[in-house]
Amino acid sequence: MPSHKLPAASAQGQPTGVPTRITQGSGTRGGIGESTLRPDGTLKVTGEFAYSSDLWHEDMLWGQILRSTVAHAEIVSIDTSEALATPGVYAVMTYDDLPADVKHYGLEIQDTPVLAHGKVRHHGEPVAIVAADHPETARRAAAKIKVEYRDLPVVTDEASALAPDAVLVHENRDDHHIGHVPHPNIVHRQPIVRGDVAAARRRADVIVEGEYTFGMQDQAFLGPESGLAVPEEDGGVHLYIATQWLHSDLRQIAPVLGLPEDKVRMTLAGVGGAFGGREDLSMQIHACLLALRTGKPVKIVYNRFESFFGHVHRHPAKLFYEHGATRDGKLTHVKCRIVLDGGAYASASPAVVGNASSLGVGPYVVDDVEIEAIALYTNNPPCGAMRGFGAVQACFAYEAQMDKVAKELGLDPVEFRQRNAMEQGTLMPTGQPVDSPAPVAELLRRVKAMPMPPERQWESSEGADVRQLPGGLSNTTHGEGVVRGVGYAVGIKNVGFSEGFDDYSTARVRMEVVGGEPVATVHTAMAEVGQGGVTVHAQIARTELGVAQVTIHPANTQVGSAGSTSASRQTYVTGGAVRNACELVREKVLELGRRRFGPYHPAWATAELLLEGGKVVTDGGEVLADLVDVLGDEAVEVEEEWRHRPTEPFDLRTGQGNGHVQYSFAAHRAVVEVDTELGLVKVVELACAQDVGKALNPLSVVGQIQGGTTQGLGVAVMEEIVVDPKTAKVKNPSFTDYLIPTILDTPTIPVDVLELADEHAPYGLRGVGEAPTLSSTPAVLAAIRDATGLELNRTPVRPEHLTGTV
Amino acid sequence: MDFLRPASWEEALAAKAEHPAAVPIAGGTDVMVEINFDHRRPEYLMDLNRIGDLYEWEVGAESVRLGASVPYSRIMEHLRAELPGLALASHTVASPQIRNRGGVGGNLGTASPAGDAHPALLAAGAEVEVESVRGARRIPIDDFYTGVKRNALAPDELIRAVHIRKADGPQQFSKVGTRNAMVIAVCAFGLALHPETRTVRTGIGSAAPTPVRAKAAEEFLNAALEEGGFWDNGKIITPSVAKRFADLCAAACNPIDDVRGTAGYRRHAVGVMARRTLTWTWESYRGAHRITEGAA
Repeated sequence: MPSHKLPAASAQGQPTGVPTRITQGSGTRGGIGESTLRPDGTLKVTGEFAYSSDLWHEDMLWGQILRSTVAHAEIVSIDTSEALATPGVYAVMTYDDLPADVKHYGLEIQDTPVLAHGKVRHHGEPVAIVAADHPETARRAAAKIKVEYRDLPVVTDEASALAPDAVLVHENRDDHHIGHVPHPNIVHRQPIVRGDVAAARRRADVIVEGEYTFGMQDQAFLGPESGLAVPEEDGGVHLYIATQWLHSDLRQIAPVLGLPEDKVRMTLAGVGGAFGGREDLSMQIHACLLALRTGKPVKIVYNRFESFFGHVHRHPAKLFYEHGATRDGKLTHVKCRIVLDGGAYASASPAVVGNASSLGVGPYVVDDVEIEAIALYTNNPPCGAMRGFGAVQACFAYEAQMDKVAKELGLDPVEFRQRNAMEQGTLMPTGQPVDSPAPVAELLRRVKAMPMPPERQWESSEGADVRQLPGGLSNTTHGEGVVRGVGYAVGIKNVGFSEGFDDYSTARVRMEVVGGEPVATVHTAMAEVGQGGVTVHAQIARTELGVAQVTIHPANTQVGSAGSTSASRQTYVTGGAVRNACELVREKVLELGRRRFGPYHPAWATAELLLEGGKVVTDGGEVLADLVDVLGDEAVEVEEEWRHRPTEPFDLRTGQGNGHVQYSFAAHRAVVEVDTELGLVKVVELACAQDVGKALNPLSVVGQIQGGTTQGLGVAVMEEIVVDPKTAKVKNPSFTDYLIPTILDTPTIPVDVLELADEHAPYGLRGVGEAPTLSSTPAVLAAIRDATGLELNRTPVRPEHLTGTV
Repeated sequence: MDFLRPASWEEALAAKAEHPAAVPIAGGTDVMVEINFDHRRPEYLMDLNRIGDLYEWEVGAESVRLGASVPYSRIMEHLRAELPGLALASHTVASPQIRNRGGVGGNLGTASPAGDAHPALLAAGAEVEVESVRGARRIPIDDFYTGVKRNALAPDELIRAVHIRKADGPQQFSKVGTRNAMVIAVCAFGLALHPETRTVRTGIGSAAPTPVRAKAAEEFLNAALEEGGFWDNGKIITPSVAKRFADLCAAACNPIDDVRGTAGYRRHAVGVMARRTLTWTWESYRGAHRITEGAA
């Protein structure tokens, strides 16, 4: 059985709630391809897992952030005197108290002030921070800080951002995008032009236009932002933190603290989900500043309300599409314009633009394309990374278009997609060839072939079972007005960081004898955010090193960067790094064996040697030695960086370039039942087929697909952060009014997993986590359109849209 | 904030008389949210959890006396036959955890138009038993809701129980939310047939500043049923009557646009729910009617 030691009560001076080593192992092999159980699974289900909000330290203080109550305003004055005079308060800091010359941070563009300076640019922007000996004291003291604002006009959409007299969200931009954007309120613009759209347009028998709106989705991870900063004797600080990428945080934190990176130590605390929302910094710098200022450990935990302001969201978008096709059902061309609202700070906007544009046509063969994607600076909440990252918004729109064109041509929507489906060898709009399997038509065939859920499942001898109906236990229908609809969608997502980014990971693997058994220790800085990386790393080590026992070292910055837990990349890249390090360890172990035992058996020199079942064996199966004997007292350790194939930036004018590493594909069939009178939707089933290259842990793969599918369903029918268009203020920052699917909203999700190896990737695997989030949303929308006959060009769909009562 | 913990009802009344600003708390499913969000910071919080009487209910000949703190989960389990409308409404309250804590007294105390119990209480007919050191009185539910989150309680009064007429005919409750479970009402509708008095009562939630009855709709339907002899002949209600009833229910709404829904949608949805719940209850009444006739 997997075991995980709970953090023991520590001696004074050491924090508790910090993850410890996880040793996994069993009598079985537990290698890749098996559904080994997660070491953290039981603890999470039983409530015993230590999340970052459980961190604790003797004598710690509690930090609190004061956030702006308005979206865009000059700060006339800040008066902290009353807060400072509050008993129990140790420190109050504003922009003027920042210790270093560097006062801004950001993933790519350092445009985000650590604390607001002179003005605030969005509702909920941090203005001041407080440390006190009790969280309630800190909260009340923060409320006593008096900030006088002078309102500025708000920029809320493309029209207000690009108007001739538009207020600039950022004056004096000097980032590397300013040279090629047509307006300073545009963060980044990426055109993609291939072929001759004008000529292709003349060949088209039908031309279909559409305008689509995608609402602002929140990651809604369960563990709010939290962490603990502990000052250290050397003047540095140790930050225990729930994040997606320790080294990216470190790179942004250290300069603001005025510390070299080696004086900022970071350890991953228990992460309660991420979905992109922890790529940007939240409370990291604030906790460190307060800890260094007070000389005491400082813990900050957001509540759910603050969490809605504490991280970036998925970019809302307006998308304008034109598709052309010939009578025989072949696409002639696609033109599109995608306007993403990046909000007040850049965050990941440039990369989201890159994805939205390069994947904007979808998994189809189209030779003639004109694409333009931009991200705006506005005074809306900052938007950045979220599962699917730019590809989600595009997929919602191009799949709606595909249905429209099919309808125009009188073709079955699946048949039309299959006629245009890309395959291995197809050129992307960027000119990049797809050089591994792209079974788009096959995935569609598979979801279509799955058996349909029975009709009228709510009917029983005792009357209607309302749980099976739209509205559920709210008892709104017993079958009246209920119409079934079926819809299909397929999507394409890039895996890994693109556009020339040096996307590497580092793994340290050690092998030694512990308690008479060979044990491998895997140490990476990979953030385990729930994706199951710690399980997969142990599986890889078992497969490569033939040991039963694998210890996963807590993730920290004492080892090289693992890159981000995002972009469906960790099993590929850190998994690849672990495999690579294991191979190097294996070579060293075999070298050790040859030195010790080579003279006694010729196979040491001549045969292909493997490590299996704790032994060195020949490829013919002959056992040469026990690893225990080979290793003796020695420990073999390797730390090595590993990279996937390099990528190139997209040309800023044409968008051409081999920008992506790998693509992943999923298709969905949605079956919905809509109460057409009340506009309520019950998603009955969301069948998915996805190619994963190689399922390293099949159970985890299915879990990822079901989770991504559900998150896609959420933004189809309920999830949306509503921002007041007049004030740019968030109207629903709580789970009372930001709704995410409950189990009653979650349909059965049959999953068909294909394993067509990508020869360029470790074990042939393909990143899994994001693709199902793409096609789920448009499939549900297509099914609702099928049931209602309505056009529905925005998501999420609300009852008003289905009943004409907007 | 001072925390008062009266051991008995009399102590609670005395404390409330002494501190009229004290906010009573039982399940805490409403009050704690407000306190956690700093929406309110009462000077005194009065914990009623030690007063066992508030968790009791009695089924009488005419009505059920329901203690203010009886949790929704108990109503669903034990009072389905006597209070079918309220049991259905209880089913839609939040999550199982909240239903184990919250009770009707809290809904009445907060008097939010979105409280799930209100439409069922209005439709069934109820009286709120309130008491102070000055004495006890019963407030008819029709007079209880006086404004947005305001009720007819005097500052020194506490809600002790609700007296709800036992169902003498079919009752229904419907609620629209944009999720299939655990959702706050966009709007809600309760309907009760009272064959003994040959009347129909309604209750509308979240579609006006207070929970309201659709009185014009009730009067129209009562007259139509009487005129056509429907109570006796058990005929199907004609679509035109059902539609007129639904339209009048929608017209009884005075909703707003907010983040949960538009005013237009609320009005529309109340109409749909009114028509459906009328159909369900009437079908049920006709079924029972036919069975009665057959047995006679």
